[in-house]
Amino acid sequence: MAQLDAAETAGPGLGRLWTDERARGLLFQILVVLGLALFVAFIVSNTIANLQRAGLASGFGFLTDQAFFDINQKLIEYSSTSTFGRALIVGILNTILVSVMGVIAATLFGFSAGIIRLSPNWLLSRLVGAYVEITRNIPVLLQIIFWWSVLTGLPKVRDSLGLGDVMFLNNRGIRLPAPLLESGFEWVFAAFVIGVIATVLTSRWARKRQSLTGQTFPVGSIGLALIIGLPIIVYWIAGSPVGWDIPTPKRFNFQGGFNVTPELVALWFALSSYTGAFISEIVRAGILSVSKGQTEAASALGLRPRQTMRLVIIPQAMRVIIPPLTSQYLNLTKNSSLAIAIGYQDLVSIGGTILNQSGQALEVVGIWMVIYLSLSLLMSSFMNWYNKHIALVER
Amino acid sequence: MTVQPFHRSQADLLPERAAPAATVGIVGWLRQNLFSSWANTAFSLISLYLLWLIIPTVISWAFIDANLAGDDRFACNGAGACWAWLDQRINQFLYGFYPSDQTWRVDIALVLLVPALAPLLFDGVPYARYLRWFSLAYPVIATFLLIGGFGLEGVSTHKFGGFMLNVTVGLAGIVLSLPIGIVLALGRRSRLPIIRMLSIGFIELVRGVPLITLLFVSNIILPIFLPPDVTFDALVRVIIMVSAFSSAYMAEVIRGGLQAIPRGQYEAAQALGLRYWQSMGLIILPQALKISIPGIVNTFIGLFKDTTLVIIIGLFDILGIGNAMVSNPDWLGLATEAYVFVALFFFITCFSMSRYSLHLEKRLDTEERR
Amino acid sequence: MRKLPYLVISAVFSIAAWGTVHAGTLDDVKAAGQVKCGINTGLPGFAYTDDSGKWTGFDVAYCRAVAAAVFGDPSKVKYVNLTGKNRFPALSSGEVDVLSRNTTWTFSRDVDLGFSFIGVSYYDGQGFIGRKSLGIKSAKELDGASVCIQTGTTTELNLADFFRVNKIKYEPVPIETNEEARKAYVAERCDVYTTDASGLAATKTTFADANAHMVFPEIISKEPLGPLVRQGDDQWADIARWTLNVLINAEEYGVTQANVSSKANGTDNPEINRMLGSEGSLGAMLGLSKTWAVDVLKAGGNYAEIFERYLGNNTPLGLERGLNALYKDGGILYAPPMR
Repeated sequence: MAQLDAAETAGPGLGRLWTDERARGLLFQILVVLGLALFVAFIVSNTIANLQRAGLASGFGFLTDQAFFDINQKLIEYSSTSTFGRALIVGILNTILVSVMGVIAATLFGFSAGIIRLSPNWLLSRLVGAYVEITRNIPVLLQIIFWWSVLTGLPKVRDSLGLGDVMFLNNRGIRLPAPLLESGFEWVFAAFVIGVIATVLTSRWARKRQSLTGQTFPVGSIGLALIIGLPIIVYWIAGSPVGWDIPTPKRFNFQGGFNVTPELVALWFALSSYTGAFISEIVRAGILSVSKGQTEAASALGLRPRQTMRLVIIPQAMRVIIPPLTSQYLNLTKNSSLAIAIGYQDLVSIGGTILNQSGQALEVVGIWMVIYLSLSLLMSSFMNWYNKHIALVER
Repeated sequence: MTVQPFHRSQADLLPERAAPAATVGIVGWLRQNLFSSWANTAFSLISLYLLWLIIPTVISWAFIDANLAGDDRFACNGAGACWAWLDQRINQFLYGFYPSDQTWRVDIALVLLVPALAPLLFDGVPYARYLRWFSLAYPVIATFLLIGGFGLEGVSTHKFGGFMLNVTVGLAGIVLSLPIGIVLALGRRSRLPIIRMLSIGFIELVRGVPLITLLFVSNIILPIFLPPDVTFDALVRVIIMVSAFSSAYMAEVIRGGLQAIPRGQYEAAQALGLRYWQSMGLIILPQALKISIPGIVNTFIGLFKDTTLVIIIGLFDILGIGNAMVSNPDWLGLATEAYVFVALFFFITCFSMSRYSLHLEKRLDTEERR
Repeated sequence: MRKLPYLVISAVFSIAAWGTVHAGTLDDVKAAGQVKCGINTGLPGFAYTDDSGKWTGFDVAYCRAVAAAVFGDPSKVKYVNLTGKNRFPALSSGEVDVLSRNTTWTFSRDVDLGFSFIGVSYYDGQGFIGRKSLGIKSAKELDGASVCIQTGTTTELNLADFFRVNKIKYEPVPIETNEEARKAYVAERCDVYTTDASGLAATKTTFADANAHMVFPEIISKEPLGPLVRQGDDQWADIARWTLNVLINAEEYGVTQANVSSKANGTDNPEINRMLGSEGSLGAMLGLSKTWAVDVLKAGGNYAEIFERYLGNNTPLGLERGLNALYKDGGILYAPPMR
């Protein structure tokens, strides 16, 4: 109706651009695109002029230049003669490492804290509540620095706390024996994969059986036996094909083994407790959102409190918990960039060093954006898939 | 013969006895809440023990054995906390490097913040309609108070520091991100495909990267994007970036508020013949903003905590001043006291704001439910 | 924010105008009314705050000298604290006009990054500091040690080279600022700390038991520290360069903060007269006032006085002049003549 009226009452041609809603929308979009194009052109010509004046080349060729600096916590081989590109990859892996560790710890901590806060024990719930409030209201940067100071206060290298002479704890990190994989190890790994697949198949079969006959099957224990027991058996049969590189104390430090630096641990603690506090609030809200009738019906059916929580409450609460949980995971990944404050060499820290040594600011910042966006995208797509997976199919 | 109705009168009832002593009063409360089962008893005892270990130690360190006066760290005897630097450095913590004879301007700006925010955050404020105009003018007034002009001496933004810097960056970021966030939220719900794509693209891009990379962009990349020899003030660049960052989150909050408004409102506005911007401005946005205020306050709390990141690009906020103080030879080794002080500041402000936001959410909840 | 209208207009007109002419730094500085000087975020002796919050130190004194040369008033400086990471972007973007932040003059910074070093204000070298209780006498015995190192600096690269060439290994402990390094070293998070020898001396003053620590004999690199400006503006570079040369020449000719006013009226040394303006027109050639050098020397004195005040034997740092003495006194400080 509106369009007809506009066509009748408006003048010919150009007048319709103003009164016809569709045409107006189109005109508006064209203007926005034009404006944006002008703006981008302005920025690009400025950039070219500035780079020319500073005499800097652009392009990603600098990634093949040698870095000449060292990195202390690395998951892959790297030396000071490796390239900038390899240094960036080490940084990306470090970011992913601390993010994954943080997500796991924060989830465990958050779920436990959330459930404890709902406990009838007044003291316990108030204490955990106080911890959650304190952690939520102090900036995460301050918490990272706090944990780093605490860990640097551990005993010095000469007075390391030893665990059976294979593990050592001091203020330079946790020294663990490193596994050296020998020739028979592929069988153990294959056994592990077979165990995982077998567990998945077993759980599917058990679920089908339960929906048909109502009998439960101890999938948890069988799965554990398969995933852990099978590789162990193969390990023994194959003659223990794993050597251990035990850290030995030398003049300054321990040689051998694998070192987990206090920077990584401090960052991990701070991120886990900070994000865990937020997750505990989300979990608490999720559990409270399940109507009380469910709990009462479950007790009427004779389920014990622990079973009620596991089989009735949590699955329903998860629908409410998952979306805000996703954004907390993303926040944790982004907060891991604060590693630069205590010297954990993650992507931002190494990128900053490269930026300084090579002067290629635009390229480095571009790489940052692309990597973090990809990580965020990956994480949110996975959580979206999981969300759909556990969504209740309603009639 | 009539059937006697089956009833009891008060006189026929046995007298009530008092409840068992173990179920009422404080003993009853303890049994129910703390010691109701073996597991609970164990947890309660462990918690009480932990509290008994921690609280007296903290109180004696922070208050009883603490030193309050002195010129440098050697005046403290080391048994408790050393607060001797407080009276000398408190101005730096609060105002940064602001000239000490002009700090009254910062105080006035802070005091004026109360009437500026009151009509927006609380109901029943007297003269709210007139105060709202003041709220609109407040950013301009505060800018002039802090930077100078109109007869006030000019103070370069490089002298801003300490807690004042956190508050300035946080508030400026939120105030600027509100209109941008509204535009982005409306753009995301728009039917025009290009507008929608641009809004979604901007929001996802900004939400997907850490604030620290955006601060590096403001510090290093923004100058490359501007014509040579045009420089923005460093603080202005930071505020621009922080506003862009928070506007993406603000857009999501406002989008939630817009979604909560029943479709009937949109349709009624159309039926009344209001155009898009009229219906938005008169009907939809006032309601959406009111619903979103808890979300906006939460975004502000998050932004306020993130303002500590400016130390990574060399600005001296309250954490930076703490760091600088500890590297002065007079006050070496007092990092714990400095960080505890800074943490206390943040805790008090953020906790009060989050309590307010909770209270507001409860109130809005009861209003919506009839 | 004053420049915002300029920004809008230049969006329309600016495409052809770039690359050809741009306003010189001296004009910008005079228009702004102050020199924007990049300094450290905190390094004892070179850039630190006193209790009233004012920045002071060896590098800061150079900033004041430049401001005195341009404006006659050494307080017309805006100090911009820069970390190791953002010092170069700040200079190339125009956020600072001159960088006086204990920066080493190297090939890549001069050629690749597009800067001009205007001289050396402090000849330094990279060394190591460690506890005497480690029981070693030379840095070559540091195989397997943990070393605190500031990222993004030449020291980081030199450290890697030193250990690679000597075929020994180390564990780097990367830190961002001098203060963090100090904390980590004191907590024994690292066995040694490496930076320029002047930085080592500065850090050593902050220790409670300075004698328990020793600076190892190896100086593993040349670290000529000096101020730098952007490439492409020769007039401003000349002003910066000759301000430094005035400080050095004044020490050579015996002009001090105390006697500069009387010597400005005229002496029987034509070198001094040309420098202080009673003969010739050196100031006008630079675009500055006739008394530019007098103002520079009134601001903080000559090189020797500045050195003594912030780094010398009466300060906690207690650095010897060493290489930084005049060529006549056994060092290598030599400024070209003012003619």
